[in-house]
Amino acid sequence: MTGGGSLARRQKLSSVMSGTVAAASGLTVLPLALVLGYIVVNGAVGLNLDLITHLPAPVGEAGGGMANAFLGTLVLVALASAIALPVGILTGIYLSEFGQNAFADTLRFLTDVLTGVPSIVIGIVAYTLVVIPMQSFSALAGGVALAIIMVPTVTRTTEEALKRVPPTIREAALALGLHHWKTILLVVVPAGLGGIVTGVMLGIARIAGETAPLLFTAFGSRFWPTGLTGPIAAVPLQIFQYAIAPYQDWHRQAWAAALLLMLLVLGLNLVVRLATRTGFQREQA
Amino acid sequence: MITMYERLVQDVAPQIPAKTPAVDGSGLLVRNLSAYYGEFRAIQDISLDVQEHRVTALIGPSGCGKSTLIRCFNRLHEVARGARVEGQVRLQGIDLYGPGIDPVAVRRMVGMVFQRPNPFPTMSIFDNVAAGLRLNGLAGGSQLALTVESCLRQAALWDEVKDKLRQPAMALSGGQQQRLCIARALAVDPAVILMDEPCSALDPISTLRIEDLISELKQQLTIVIVTHNMQQAARVSDYTAFMMANESRAGEIVEFGATRTIFTNPSDSRTESYITGRFG
Repeated sequence: MTGGGSLARRQKLSSVMSGTVAAASGLTVLPLALVLGYIVVNGAVGLNLDLITHLPAPVGEAGGGMANAFLGTLVLVALASAIALPVGILTGIYLSEFGQNAFADTLRFLTDVLTGVPSIVIGIVAYTLVVIPMQSFSALAGGVALAIIMVPTVTRTTEEALKRVPPTIREAALALGLHHWKTILLVVVPAGLGGIVTGVMLGIARIAGETAPLLFTAFGSRFWPTGLTGPIAAVPLQIFQYAIAPYQDWHRQAWAAALLLMLLVLGLNLVVRLATRTGFQREQA
Repeated sequence: MITMYERLVQDVAPQIPAKTPAVDGSGLLVRNLSAYYGEFRAIQDISLDVQEHRVTALIGPSGCGKSTLIRCFNRLHEVARGARVEGQVRLQGIDLYGPGIDPVAVRRMVGMVFQRPNPFPTMSIFDNVAAGLRLNGLAGGSQLALTVESCLRQAALWDEVKDKLRQPAMALSGGQQQRLCIARALAVDPAVILMDEPCSALDPISTLRIEDLISELKQQLTIVIVTHNMQQAARVSDYTAFMMANESRAGEIVEFGATRTIFTNPSDSRTESYITGRFG
């Protein structure tokens, strides 16, 4: 058999392979580091308080901000979460706790398919379902589009989180004379809460930066939101609009907004993670 | 005074006239019990008298259906997909598989301790013991605190945890966790406690403590213990049932009797071979 060789030869091969693996890992992280670095470098210059306190200045005038877009993104994410979290989490619970049948397998497959549907297509769906009947672009339509994108992520991470809860914990609860639904709600879900929260965060991070599905649903706006039934601004839309405009000042603001959006998602992740880690155990104790 | 029957039928109790259960002088009477996983019959035609306030040990080689059998005693077997049970298990005269009997209520009357300690990971020591009562809305406040203390005392754990009741249960050692699980099972005031190899994941000292505890607990309730450890069966039990799988792989009881008799003078040659370590 081959695969022997001298010790020196094998050690050399080992270090070559370790090097290759390390290089591949580096290559994976490199684009991320470059993107982050580039955004920080370009965005930091334009970062100021006006960005989140002022409305956009009239076209042609310098200054102004995109406070409406930040508010709009918050509204859209909140709307999408309000729709997608109950649906996604309950579906995840169903798949994990009752999902040993053909219907659940189909559901799982469709959820995976939904994850892969291009977000622009989902925008068209929301356009057809909400914008056309309402005869108007609206925050609601944007929220629905983002919710559809969010549901599969939340569903599958909830399912995975609950499947990681050992079956012996379920048996312990049943053996105490707890009903099945109480076992799930009061024992299994709390035990998997960390994983569910991760899923929710992933979902929010995903939709906070979505642009395509908002193009013909939320549509964007240069003014304060007028309500859920009117067009609403969103940070990614505003960035897109500013980035392709011919104004130097708008480019600067687009970079700064991109940086801020990134920091927001990152910050939200950190805060919720810390809060659920400690609060999770403290609250139960 | 609520009768056993009323406790077992729970919600449907008003519709069914309460009757005084026939006292047949036994904790659990098992009659012609067979349990299936889908088409596979795991245990076949088991009959067994588990005496009240005694420890009954189930021994036998792996895969002979010991665990399946005790899971039939608290109706946990039927939770598995495709699982079903035939025959009777009577607790103080009432068939646990009879019409109108609520499996959830059965599990409150027949508690269980598992092979690996399985405290609820998100809960504190206190909350673990309180879980059965609190989550079922059966007790709260100072009454609950008293029950938790008394159960932890019964489980010989109180002195070790009384100053850290609010700490996570997972911070305890394996042996402590298992005693916590016993306290948790005691809290809902069961008549019987089933133990499925409760010491197999524990060190010898912890095992000894659990065994002492078993001897204490039989003063107030009936205990059925599955064990792979023959010495343990000999040490803790009053009665022993030796089980083996028959030619169609279904578990049967080969011999059942007083522990002393089974271990010193078994009547079946297979029992003798097993307890002397010739197979299994």
